[in-house]
Amino acid sequence: MTAALKSPKVTPDRTILLVLFFIVTSAFLLVSHNGDLLGQMGPVGTALKNPIVEALMVSLFLANILFAYLWKAAPWARALVGAGSLLFVLPAAGREDTSLLDLSIQIMIFAALALGLNIVVGLAGLLDLGYVAFFAVGAYTWGIVGSPRFAEILKYFGENPGGTNAGTLAIGLVLTAVTAASMLYISRLTARTAPTAATTWSFRLASVGVVAGVILTVRALLVLLAPQADGLANGLNAGFFWLFLALSIFAAAAVGVLIGLPVLKLKGDYLAIITLGLGEVIRVLANNLDLYSAGSQGITPIKSASVPWFDAAAGALGFAPDQYYLLFLYALVLVMIGLILTVNVRLDRSRIGRAWIAIRDDEVAAQAMGVPLMQTKLIAFATGASFAGVMGMIFAAKQQFISPESFVLNQSIAILSMVILGGMGSFPGVILGAAVVTLLNLRILPGLGEATANISWIPQQANPGQLQRLIFGAILVAMMLLRPEGLLPNRRRQLELHHDDNQEDESAQGNAGALGTATGDVYSAGYAPAKEDDKAGGSR
Amino acid sequence: MELSTLLPFLANVIVGGLVLGFVYAIIALGYTMVYGVLQLINFAHSEVFVTGAVVGFEVFRVLAPVNMNGYLKLLIALLAAMTISGLLNVIIERLAYRPLRGAPKLVPLITAIGVSLILQDVLRVIEGFQGRFDLTYTLPTGFSSAFCGPESSCAPLGKFLTGIGVSLQLKDVILIVVSLLSLAVLNYIVNRTRMGKAIRAVAQDRVTAGLMGIDGNRMISATFLIGGALGGISGVLFGMKFGTVNAYSGFIPGVTAFTAAVLGGIGSIPGAVLGGLLLGVLEKLIGVSNVFGELLGIKNLAVIDDSYSKLGAFIALVLILIFKPTGLLGKSNVEKV
Repeated sequence: MTAALKSPKVTPDRTILLVLFFIVTSAFLLVSHNGDLLGQMGPVGTALKNPIVEALMVSLFLANILFAYLWKAAPWARALVGAGSLLFVLPAAGREDTSLLDLSIQIMIFAALALGLNIVVGLAGLLDLGYVAFFAVGAYTWGIVGSPRFAEILKYFGENPGGTNAGTLAIGLVLTAVTAASMLYISRLTARTAPTAATTWSFRLASVGVVAGVILTVRALLVLLAPQADGLANGLNAGFFWLFLALSIFAAAAVGVLIGLPVLKLKGDYLAIITLGLGEVIRVLANNLDLYSAGSQGITPIKSASVPWFDAAAGALGFAPDQYYLLFLYALVLVMIGLILTVNVRLDRSRIGRAWIAIRDDEVAAQAMGVPLMQTKLIAFATGASFAGVMGMIFAAKQQFISPESFVLNQSIAILSMVILGGMGSFPGVILGAAVVTLLNLRILPGLGEATANISWIPQQANPGQLQRLIFGAILVAMMLLRPEGLLPNRRRQLELHHDDNQEDESAQGNAGALGTATGDVYSAGYAPAKEDDKAGGSR
Repeated sequence: MELSTLLPFLANVIVGGLVLGFVYAIIALGYTMVYGVLQLINFAHSEVFVTGAVVGFEVFRVLAPVNMNGYLKLLIALLAAMTISGLLNVIIERLAYRPLRGAPKLVPLITAIGVSLILQDVLRVIEGFQGRFDLTYTLPTGFSSAFCGPESSCAPLGKFLTGIGVSLQLKDVILIVVSLLSLAVLNYIVNRTRMGKAIRAVAQDRVTAGLMGIDGNRMISATFLIGGALGGISGVLFGMKFGTVNAYSGFIPGVTAFTAAVLGGIGSIPGAVLGGLLLGVLEKLIGVSNVFGELLGIKNLAVIDDSYSKLGAFIALVLILIFKPTGLLGKSNVEKV
């Protein structure tokens, strides 16, 4: 127990180093993405154009933001580096090289997805392998209405109206309202008293009713809108972007609740495999419902929002017209990340957040303490899903093209590996994980692949650009074996995992702890606080 | 469709489903064995199974020019696939699961996913060096011919099946025979040998079994060896049945087989077989739902084509887990606090 007496490590003040690092990497980033300048620089320019060097520059530059968070430095320097990198240097470099803007949006989209999955897996401890399904819901919500697909659907319903009329719309609306209200009523009722067979079944019946009501309503709306098909040949007005941004949150959250209701009774492995299955169901549906999703050929072109004053401002700053929407999405996604991070931090410190962690740590104990299991898990699922929904929509607007290919199991696993790499339950860690994995995927591996393409002793089949799965897998395994708490661990979780290690070590030694000569270090409830204290006196 | 053509059609579909079901059943056994002992879903099992399929392909390819009895070639392929898959499974257990005993349950599950991703790329790279991606099985001649020609003298069962209009190939029959044989051997090992007894003891309570002098780690390795060997057999059978495999083709059969294990009650050996057979038939029936639609006059059913048949497993999984989480033959597990 001597560790408790060790004096905390003093971190030196690194203000100057931080600012210096920022200036140098920013300069390199700006120079290495300026085509004209590189052309004049001769051999140095050629070296800077090398894909590996370029990937390295981007990575080093993004490390700024990490260092601003981690290092001990004057507050003004940290603010300067953080804000300067995100608001000035990145857009400025992106003006010369659009792919950089694209990359940063992609990183932030994944960061938001990882934050969402972090709530589900990291905080609530529900392993969800179909997370990308919610991303798909958001993407398709806007993808369908923001593209010519919408007119096609309306045309189809105009030609096949069935018996649908305004009456159906009314029935659908009433059915939805009544069943939704009864669902709420039943769940209120069962919150106070134990659920009986009658309440369970009527709840199930009502949920079927809600689905039927929504389907009827949507169908009636589509038929009634059908005459407008020609006017909507390019999809809805881009001004509806904002409405659908709100809608995609609800759509994804609703799908989260719908999937969660039956599934969340399960635990651990079962939950993992069933969410995997449901993710796959959504992908197969996207592949097969040709009318709505255009099948495997995908939907294109998808609109982005048009904000005239923003475009004017971007034009004044010297951006090309075809970059306006990217810059706009960059700003939007930056704001969104800020919002999501705030929501996350607030949730983490709220009653709900504590309930999540209690469930993760011990479901039975949490239930005994009065945490409503189902409700709490559903909130986790729906919150995570809603983040994914928003980002899916932004993703659709950025790519201008979506197809089922973007929503495969491997994406779910990539997001999971971001959460694990960064550290489950730790917000900065998860963002770092997202940045590392996305950079690895989009810049470093392709860069390495390109650079090694002409080296004769590296065969084409083993080109690092194609070894994505291997590298993900290796990350997952290595992290779990060596550092299960992740790169920037969440303090509580770190304690927990190491605490488990200690227990495991003792059991491996057999009874030596209790009967042997040495420590007498058998775990007991009374002993735990002392151990936790001795780790809490760490560096920060 | 006329009734006279419908019955043979249905018989054909069901027999085809059973043949498919045997492949799923043998894969499901691999999941269920490991789960029974460690309570761990071995996600990497689908890649172990694909490894078996790849080994089988290589053996058939190498032996193709050799003038040898077709059954002998099959035996060599099966033995090679069993050995390599079994050893691979043991190595995976040793490196990725054993160090994590006692860690929270999520942790080995995630390493299992990681291992399965690694194996996918390793297999792709290895086969890629020979310039191959989709591996097309070249079976010994005769395996693909009809099981019971009209003029040949065949067994009464074969005659009966051909009589009601079921067309089976020789390889389908081989597949069923091999599956039944391996089931019998597995049953013998688990229920009649000392090792089987020890494995069952470890599955019930590792600590107490340890106190009785059973080496838990060795028994877990043995379980992984047997599970991997079954994966190898099923890989070769899968290759024979479908003709082509590639590094990524383990996912869907893997999930289906896992569903089969859950359907039967995970941890139960007869349950896995029952689940596999049911799912095989279900998949075939979904594939022909347009025929039912035509019969019942439901136009919308015609939309459901073969591409939806893989969804059958997922939907079945959701329904089973909601309504009977312990599976058909499973025992309920009371949670101890």
